[in-house]
Amino acid sequence: MKQVSQALSQARGPLVLAACLLVYPLIFSGPFYLDIGVTFLLAAISASAWNIVGGYAGQVSVGHSMFFGFGAYASLLVYTLWGWPPMFGIPLGIAFSVVLAIVIGVPTFRLTGHYFSMATIAVAELIRIFFSTWDLVGAAIGLQGPAVARGWWDLTFRSEVPYYYIFLVVLAVLLVITWALERRRFGYYLHAIKSGERASRSLGVPVQHIKIQALVVSAVFTSIAGSLYSLKTGFVDPESGFGILVSVQMVIIAALGGAGTLYGPLVGAAILIPLQTATNTWFGGGGSGLTYILYGGIIVLIARFEPGGLHELWQRLVPQRWKVRHAA
Amino acid sequence: MLLLQVIVGGLLLGAIYALFSSGLTLIWGMMNFINFAHGEFVMLGMYVALLVVVWLSGGPAVFGFAAMFALFVLGVAIYASLIRHVLRGPMLAQILSTFGLALLLRYTAFWIFSANFVSLPQTSLSGTLNVGGILMPVPQLVAGVLAILLTIGLHLLLTRTTIGSRLLAVAEDRHAAMLMGIRPDRMQALAWGLSAGAAGIAGALMATAYPWSPSVGETFGLTAFVVVALGGFGSVPGALYAGLIVGLIQAVSAFWFGPIYKDIVVYALFVALLWLRPQGLMGKA
Repeated sequence: MKQVSQALSQARGPLVLAACLLVYPLIFSGPFYLDIGVTFLLAAISASAWNIVGGYAGQVSVGHSMFFGFGAYASLLVYTLWGWPPMFGIPLGIAFSVVLAIVIGVPTFRLTGHYFSMATIAVAELIRIFFSTWDLVGAAIGLQGPAVARGWWDLTFRSEVPYYYIFLVVLAVLLVITWALERRRFGYYLHAIKSGERASRSLGVPVQHIKIQALVVSAVFTSIAGSLYSLKTGFVDPESGFGILVSVQMVIIAALGGAGTLYGPLVGAAILIPLQTATNTWFGGGGSGLTYILYGGIIVLIARFEPGGLHELWQRLVPQRWKVRHAA
Repeated sequence: MLLLQVIVGGLLLGAIYALFSSGLTLIWGMMNFINFAHGEFVMLGMYVALLVVVWLSGGPAVFGFAAMFALFVLGVAIYASLIRHVLRGPMLAQILSTFGLALLLRYTAFWIFSANFVSLPQTSLSGTLNVGGILMPVPQLVAGVLAILLTIGLHLLLTRTTIGSRLLAVAEDRHAAMLMGIRPDRMQALAWGLSAGAAGIAGALMATAYPWSPSVGETFGLTAFVVVALGGFGSVPGALYAGLIVGLIQAVSAFWFGPIYKDIVVYALFVALLWLRPQGLMGKA
């Protein structure tokens, strides 16, 4: 009995969070708030996926849009080519993303972290330009999904609520996997690699393998996020799939909340997505430019003053007394 | 003949690539630091040139120096306020600092100057030279030749002067340099100034011959990565050869496959280099 209550008290945080996310669409049922909720979940999924390699392993990718874009394009491509339901494209996007992750990871992970960052940004840009010239994928115009659902399997809904719960399930699965990895040997390896690559190699950590595995897991979920995006919007073009701003959003959300922490991306998304919606509403159509000025400013400030993100700030500011009482 | 024309055009543009890439390679070689905002420095140099020409009706010599000076000051300021603090921080902070800076500069430029392409109004540099049937626009010719001279000048500054020796000493061993009475912080600030200044004047030279918009910074930044990867990280002469090679490859692939493919070929070259020869063509392993 005591064990049960102890387990419950430990799981209180996640349970409260899950309950809040579950009832959110019931309380905020207006289309505006639902849209924010769905956007938040998608951003949280992509940022959590980035977090596995960028946060936990400390290998900063600034071109994760390549996996996102593959997922987004794969879903709509199977529809436009063969008329399949878009969700059948999800495994295809995952397959491409895994291959790409290995192709990039194998050469650059032998070198220092900067090479990996440079390679990711260059490859993402390469793919973006390539897709905007390739007629099979709609060139600069992009691809469109089914306008009207032919059945439930097309996952094309009028309401945002079904998307909300689908995204929530994916986010939950990703968080549970991340949580489980954190507690396994794999998680400790990642931590060791991040703190000191040479030292961990000398202690027998298979650095190269672990980094590639982290990148592959991260790529798989980023690709799924991309597929979910195109399922919901029914549309993708080179900019919304492979554009640099797609990658920027993952990086900034994870770094703001706390890169390499389980809840960091959630906190980052919970702050940034409403902020983004607000700036877009206030400044009208031209607001997106100002949004990215703001993004740039936030990233610089995080890097300069608080590289650990809000997570570290919280750790420092919350009185020790309070934490001790809760731990007991 | 047409191919020869294309080659000359590519080399003249490549000379400017060499100049701004030498700034990127200087920072990398000195402090193992990648500046993701380097292309934005080039873009800012172009707009400084435009402002000087439009507001102060300055001539080619004036706006070139104005761009160099303005970016030198900006480089030093960015080092002092941002880079100095993240240099010994975690990798994430290092990459985020200049990556965020790039976004900030790029979208501020979009906001101020709009996304439209602009070009410098006609300056005293105009006309076309006909050398044995090859047409060379004078602005491109002057810009290309000046860019090569400036890159060589930067190399000489680093290898033949006291200041250069001090810079290289800090790059070699920060602590040993300190024991010799060199202040590493000042030298690194100077390196950032020189790096941004090289990008600034390269931008001004480019502005004389080509139209641009705020988004060129991203392309130039990636081009500089490719040049530096090809020439070897930290090598100014390497950047010179590699810049010319990249300019040449771009021009020829645009000529053969169509203009959209010029960047695809160059970025693919970069990925191939990372696979096969990550230390660059002339770099040491």
